[in-house]
Order: sequence, then structure tokens, then C-alpha cells
Amino acid sequence: MATILIDGRACPARTDENLLQACLEAGADLPYFCWHPELGSVGACRQCAVKQFSGPDDKTGRIVMACMTPVTDGAILSIDDPLAREFRAGVVEWLMINHPHDCPVCPEGGECHLQDMTVMTGHARRRYRFAKRTHRNQDLGPFINHEMNRCIGCYRCVRFYRDYAGGEDLAAFGAHDDLYFGRYEDGALENAFSGNLAEICPTGVFTDKPFSAVYSRKWDMRGAPSVCAHCAVGCNTIVNARQGSVRRVLNRYHDAVNRYVLCDRGRFGHGFTTMSTRPRAPTMRQDGLPVPVSIATALDRFAAMAADGPVVGIGSTRASLEANFALRALAGPARFSTGLAQPEHDLTLLVPALLRATPARNPSLHDMEAADAVLVLGEDVCVTAPRLGLALRQTLRRAAYPAADAAKVPRWMDAAVRMLGTDAPSPLLVLTPAPTDLDPIAATTHRAAPDDLARLGFAIAHRIDGTAPDAPDLSEPETRLAGSIAATLRAARRPLVVTGLHHASAALLHAAANIAAALHAAGTDPALSLVVPDGNSMGMALMGGLPLDAVRAMAREGEIGTLVVMENDLTRRLDAAALDDLLSAVPHLVVIDHIATPLAHRADLLLPATAFAESGGTLVNTEGRAQRFLPALAAELPLQESWRWLQQCAQAAGTANAPDWTDLDQVIAAMAREVPALAGAADAAPNADYRLDGRRLRSEPSRISGRTAVRANISVHDRPLPQSPDTPFSPSMEGAYATAMPGALIPFYQVPGWNSVQSLNRFQQEIGGPMRGGDAGTRLLDHDRPHDWHRDIPAPFTPAPDAFLLLPAPRLFGTEELSTLSPPIAARATPATLRLGTLPPGLQDGDTVRFTLAGERIALPIRHDPTLPPGIALCPPHMAARAFATPVRIRLHGNDTP
Amino acid sequence: MFGTLRTLWLTFLHMGHRRETVGYPEHKPPLPPRYRGRIILSRDPDGMERCVACNLCAVACPVDCISLQKAEQDGRWYPEYFRINFSRCIFCGLCEEACPTYAIQLTPDFEMSEYLRSNLVYEKEDLLISGPGKYPDYSFFNVAGVKIPGKDKGEAEREAPPVDLHTLLP
Repeated sequence: MATILIDGRACPARTDENLLQACLEAGADLPYFCWHPELGSVGACRQCAVKQFSGPDDKTGRIVMACMTPVTDGAILSIDDPLAREFRAGVVEWLMINHPHDCPVCPEGGECHLQDMTVMTGHARRRYRFAKRTHRNQDLGPFINHEMNRCIGCYRCVRFYRDYAGGEDLAAFGAHDDLYFGRYEDGALENAFSGNLAEICPTGVFTDKPFSAVYSRKWDMRGAPSVCAHCAVGCNTIVNARQGSVRRVLNRYHDAVNRYVLCDRGRFGHGFTTMSTRPRAPTMRQDGLPVPVSIATALDRFAAMAADGPVVGIGSTRASLEANFALRALAGPARFSTGLAQPEHDLTLLVPALLRATPARNPSLHDMEAADAVLVLGEDVCVTAPRLGLALRQTLRRAAYPAADAAKVPRWMDAAVRMLGTDAPSPLLVLTPAPTDLDPIAATTHRAAPDDLARLGFAIAHRIDGTAPDAPDLSEPETRLAGSIAATLRAARRPLVVTGLHHASAALLHAAANIAAALHAAGTDPALSLVVPDGNSMGMALMGGLPLDAVRAMAREGEIGTLVVMENDLTRRLDAAALDDLLSAVPHLVVIDHIATPLAHRADLLLPATAFAESGGTLVNTEGRAQRFLPALAAELPLQESWRWLQQCAQAAGTANAPDWTDLDQVIAAMAREVPALAGAADAAPNADYRLDGRRLRSEPSRISGRTAVRANISVHDRPLPQSPDTPFSPSMEGAYATAMPGALIPFYQVPGWNSVQSLNRFQQEIGGPMRGGDAGTRLLDHDRPHDWHRDIPAPFTPAPDAFLLLPAPRLFGTEELSTLSPPIAARATPATLRLGTLPPGLQDGDTVRFTLAGERIALPIRHDPTLPPGIALCPPHMAARAFATPVRIRLHGNDTP
Repeated sequence: MFGTLRTLWLTFLHMGHRRETVGYPEHKPPLPPRYRGRIILSRDPDGMERCVACNLCAVACPVDCISLQKAEQDGRWYPEYFRINFSRCIFCGLCEEACPTYAIQLTPDFEMSEYLRSNLVYEKEDLLISGPGKYPDYSFFNVAGVKIPGKDKGEAEREAPPVDLHTLLP
């Protein structure tokens, strides 16, 4: 720790940071543009000028760029120095020369870093009288708006998009005054993280396009801390809502998980909450037709159904722990299903067991970024867990640190570090059946069928530790590859092995666990990350339950009177014949959901549930971190949380020991008692009794507008705002708000003078470090069980001459159930194709082939992809055939030429 | 004693003064143009709505009686709805001060009494007038950088033509 003097005030600082960071951490207001905590310093904007003095006797000092000057112990600097102030005022005046008079019609207005910094610098009057430079804009697709006139040339966008996120289709064009940031031609930004440009850009060049269609100023929107449910990474988000609808989703910083970045699926996937088709009233089937009914009638109907026979509940991996637990309480643990069919059920339950039994760290995303060797085994993480893929990409940047340290270049000196790191070997080893987005930056890539990859994994483990079982009959190239990968991993200090359920292969999971255990035995500090498919797959694995196959067996035996399916579209889990069998054997079907699924149309009783934005709950992410999401909107009856519906159903049916919960905390407490594995979930966030300075927390910014007019068209009389019993938030702008509030309870970022998301700096203990009020969530899984080698080594994959092994190839957009309903995401989802490694005779690229998949006869255009191993075909899951999700052998029937 | 007499005398003197009180409503006093009365939304010289739904009036309003929602057509922002609850309005004029486009203006009309409070809720149709109000020449989009129908990039006041990115000239 060093001490620096800022305007005569002694402040603690770290010697591995720069003066700008030190000033911001000390709470000083120093304007800046091009520096970003995750992108480092490049010294492009010259805005953070301060005066540094060489010693106590130096009265003259010199102007330095704070972001490019390392902290040294005893450094003396002045932010308030008249010369430094004049310098900064000059810089912002230059930057503003071409800035258009757009603020009233700019979506960034009110949360604009440029506005904040201009005000902070004191530039209030325009002196430049000449013409402003203008630019034509581009159409950048359904996510991002482009308004190049507003650009101040800080280069943050391309540094994020190209250097950080690995995108290639956004670049800087032109020079000097003509500088232009865009694509080489109009078109959607291809990178999975393009939405972050809206937060990274300090002004309004890149703005959120779907948000612009339902725009509201930042100060007018209620905020609530939430957790993204569109994959298993569990990125922390802020949901902004106004007048009963979700307006946008923003990133909420979590030191260990998503940090500053959110993927486009998470950012733009919330559109399903405002769908017009969404069920909004309980619906009962009468004479074959669905009829909307009241809550009381619906519950009476449920009671009548429950009297007909046992109730069986099918839970969901996209529903919260609390909803699943309420269903488990209604049906009883012996009649509660995870909602997963085999083999996914067993594999999902295997994941936490493996993480507990393998002597390796279960890493957070930030931990993964620090890995010095990464083996990706089978999983295409860039689509199944996009933010995790981005974390793996950052290992490349870490690879440059040794060279930077040797050259005595500070790590925040971004451009220099990247330049020094160009020769550093990549730590990424990607072994997958199909090409992934990580391939271009990987040191080694290898294409093979999942079983062959698993065998390779076992062989690698054996070559690291001889006691691990070896895969027999490896080919010569595979033996060599296994040897070289084993040597690479063995040489690393913090190796990481990543795999997942993408190919529904237990062998891959076992092989990865063996490698991690072998690395541990070899004396390194390994980490093992297993990616599960859905937002709460891990929570469901910890809760446990029956597989869908067991429910089908029960139905066949006539043991089901009423089947309650909660937030689970069984048409995605079971093929049509199996589902028909199940439903025909069940007298009553009750569906609780917040989207109109094909299953909901077949329900005898449909109860409308709340989506994530209207309810609170807990999700467990793929590393076993329980995280709480809280409602941004008050659900209006008859919409209710799934757990409220289920509790009322239990009471209506007169179930013995029917729960009498009145708020979320009681559900969580009951869950902690009954499911010991989830006991820790109670600590995921402070409960509804939390008070800051003796008050509830405000959910709206203090300057929210229109309170006495927004409902005046309905009634001019004030009404008390509905207070949710599930959150510690007040329903209005009344309440406490502080930079030291718990990380799990931050509804928006704002501090005086800092209205943009850059105000986050004030909420962190140190820049890029944990939140002042503590990080959100709590980890439920760590290694605590004895380990044994896994020995189920599969036989090699042999391609059949006339059949293909069809693997699911999930899409970033279009596979995940909820986000696909969001219009901007749907606009980016491309039609399904069948990708083949080898074309059968007589077929050409683009021909349409017919085949049977998951009980459906489908026709798909084929695309020849020579990079695929022979005998392998790829098809996006749930698209062409709704129930297709796990590898299956297919036989192609003839061809029709289109 | 003296004070009482003095007061009587001063009152007596007022008998000769001109009367300030007028017989409203038969007689209506002239009000200055900048009198802060009923709020209107004006149009720009082209007849388009001036309001760009920037929300600054709403946030400036100390009694929070203005509410609106932004909508957009061809680059032009406009309010989808614009509502003023005059039963709350204190006619302070801060909305007019805040307005960057001279759209919202206070007028010298105060005769807005109603028997029902709900009749004091004015929607955009009630607020929008057909002229430019106190600022006849101002058009916000002529000085803003965004492109709207009839005004391409580089055609606003003091704007250079759009940069040609393909040129090789320095």
C-alpha cells in the first residue's frame, strides 16, 4: 500500500494501479473518457490531466495524464490546480466542438458520461462558431442504434469490441476529424456482446435499440436487482421498469461473475415479459374450450381435481428454487419431478456430485480469467454459456502479463500489454465436435465425436497421473495429442478444465473430472467447471426429484390424478408420442406458466404466473452460486408468483400440512429446513426485513417524475403504492440509498455528479474489486467428498456408412426458450440447417433432406461443413424438431432438390 | 388617538383614488404575454409538434404533475401521450424554463375552473395548439444533428456535409 497526496489530502493507493484509479478510489471527481476499468488505459482522450509535483519543494509541478501515470508512494498531485483545471476545460471544449445539439432526443441523455464530465469540467458555453462535422449512420441490426455525430473519439468501442470481446466487424475508419467507428457496411453486429457498447460508449453513439422503442429516462424508471435466467452463468442484472412493463436490462456488477459485461441474450432477452400472448387470467377448460375464470373458481376447480387422485408435480429448470420447492411441497418429495427426461436428468444430478467429489476448485468466472491453461472438452461454451466463453477469452490477456511484468510495463497499460502479449502462447485448448468461436485464438483445436473426445480426455488424465485409467486403442495422432495436452496442463500452475451437458455425455463429464483430479495429484491448482443448460439447472440438481420417465411410468400405472406442470414446456422435453401417452393417461393437467407454451394450450387449468421481473426468487448458477432476483414490478392479480399459486392450491385441496407462507422469506426458510443442500440459499441476499439507516431501500431514483400525473387519466386520487412483502425495497423513491448498500440489493447506480453507469466506481471497495456492501449471492458447492477415478470409458465412435450421429448445436439466439420469444432476439435467430461433415452420395450443399427426429418427420436444408468429423451431423436443438436436445443417430431419407 | 385619526384620514383620502379592483368576469384585465397561466404545447414553424418527449419538463416539475412517454417516427421524437394534471399544477413555469425546444409554454389564461378534478387532467389533444406560441421562428430539429424527413445529415444550421469515408484526400 502506498500513500499519495491529492490536493493535500493523504489517500491510500495501490502501486499496481494508476493515478486515475487512485483518485477515483479516493472519492475525488476527476473526469475521464477513454479509461475503463476492464479495458485499461490508452491515454487517448487527455481528459484526466492532473498536476504532479516531484516533491514538497516543487511548487511548479507538471501536467500528467492520471490514467497513464503509475502510483508511486508519496506522489503529490493536484486535481484542483488552476493549470490542470484549465487544461481539462480546454480538452472537453475540443471534444465538444463537433458534438451535436442532440441531448433532448438522445437516449443517453440523463445517464451520459459525456454530460457528467462536461458539467464536472465546467464547460457550459459554446465558443466555437464554425460548422460541425457530421457523419452518416449505419444500421447495426436489431440491438444497437448508431449515431456517429455524437462520437468524441475515445476508442472505447473498438477496444471493447475487438480487443476484449474478440469481435471483428466493428472498426475505426478514417483519421483526424473524420474518425468513424462502424462496420465496413450496414449489418447486424455479429459479436455476442455487442449490447455492451451501449454501456461502454461514454456518449450516445451506440444506444440500446429495443429500449429506445419503449424509452424512458433513467430517472423515471424503477430498478430492481435481478439475475439473468437465459443460461446457467447467472449474470447479475438490473431490471428497469416503468408503468407496469420492463423497459430494459442492464449489467449489474458482480466481482466474481459477470463483472462489467452482459451477453446480448441476457440484455435483450426480456421481451417475453411483455408478450401479448402471455396468459393473464386463470383459464379453465369447459366443453373443450378455455374460459377465463376468477382465482377462487380456479382454486375450487383445482380442489375438485385433487380429490380425484394423487397430485404429481413437474418442476422446471427455468423456474426459481422457491417455485420448485412450493411444487415439491404440494406434491410431496416422492411425487415431484425435475422436469428433465433421461439422460439429461441423471447428467444434471451428476454435475454437483462430480463438483463435490473432484479435488479441484469450482471456479467463478473471474477465477477462470486467471487460468494459465484451459482445456475445453466438448462444450461449445460460446453459445451454451456466452459470458463464460468471454471469460475464457480473457485468459489470453493474462498470458501477456509475464512479458509485461518482465518489461516493467504496468498491467493496466492496455495497448502496450497487448502488444507485448502478441507472442505469448495461447492457453486455450479446444476439443469439440464442431468449430467454436474460441478456435481462432486457441493454441490447439481438435475435432472428434463426443465419445472420442471423452476417450481423449481419459487418456490425458492418464498421462498426467499414471494411476488414472487410460483409454484403450487410441490412434497414433490421438496418443500424441493426449501427450502434448497433458504436458501443457501439467506445466500450468492454475489449469482449468471446462465441459458441460451440451452433448449429454456422462463420459465427457467423467473424463473432465479425471483430468482435474489428475492435475491435483500432480501438484497443480486445477479448476473444474461444468456447464449446465438452464438458469436453475444446478438448483434443480441440488433439490433433486424424479425424472420425467418415472412420471410417465406412474401415469401408465394410473397413479396420477392431477399432473401439475410448472413453468416447463414438456413439448421441449418429450417427443410428441411420449407426451401424448403421458397426457392421455392423466385425468387432469394443470399448467402454471408465464408464457403461452404449446403445453399450456392443452391444460385443463392454466394458472398465470409471474415472470422474473414481477417476482422474487433464487437461481443457482453453474458454479453453484445461489443468487436472488427481486421484483421490479408489482404483479397485478390474477398474476401471481408460481409459489403463491401452488401454496393456494395446496390449501384449497386441503393437503395435510399445507404451507401458510405469506412472503418469500418464509418459503426460503422452509426450503432451507427441508432441503439441506439448499440451506445456504437463504444467505443469497438480505431478506425483506433488511433496513438501511432504519429505512427500506428506495426502488426509484429520487428524481422520478410524473407521480401525480402518470395515473391521473384513471383517477386523480392518490392511492397507496402496493408494498411487496418479498423485498426490502419501498415501492417509491422514498427510502435509503447508499454506495455501501449490499451488492445483492442495488437497484441502480447513481451518485451526485455521476449519473451514468460509470458511477459504479463509487460502489466498489476498489476499482474492479468487490462491492462495498459485499458481493451478491452465496456459493453452495465446494469439494468436500472423497474422490475416485471414473472408469466408464466409452468405445470409439465408428461412423456408420448410411447413418449420422446428430449432435445438438445450440444457437446463441433461438435455442433458449424464453429469450427466443423476445422480438430482437427472434430477429437474430436464423433458420435451422443440418450441417454434415461428409455429404452422402447424390446430395449437394443446399439440398433439402428428410429424416425423422424426436418423433417428427422434418425436412431441412443441408450445409456441408468439412471441419466436422466424419459421420457427425449438427442440428440446432428445439428448432426443427421441438423435442430434440440430445445426440441421436439419424438416417437420411432421400433428397428433394429445392 | 392620533393614530386613529390618521387612519381615518388616509381612508378618506382613498375616496378620490382610481379603483384597482375590477368587476371580473364582466371586465377582464389585460395580462402580460409572459403571465404564467394555462400550459400549452406548441408547434414549430413547419406545423410539426415541437415536443420531443425529452422528459425535462416532467423532471423539473416540483409537483410531478407532468407525465409523458416517448415515441419515435423517422428519427423524430414525439410524445405518445402527454398528460398534465392541472389539479396539481402550481404554475411555477419551471417546465417552460426546462424545455429545450420551446414546446411547453405558459399562457395568459387562467380560467380553468372545473367542478370535477378529473376534468383538470389535460391530455396531449387538450394541450397542443396549432401555432408556435411565443417563439415564432425556432425549430429544434434545425439545430440538432439527427436526421429527419426533409433534413438530411449536414443540413442543420452550422453543419458541414457528411464526411465521405471513402475519400483518400487528407
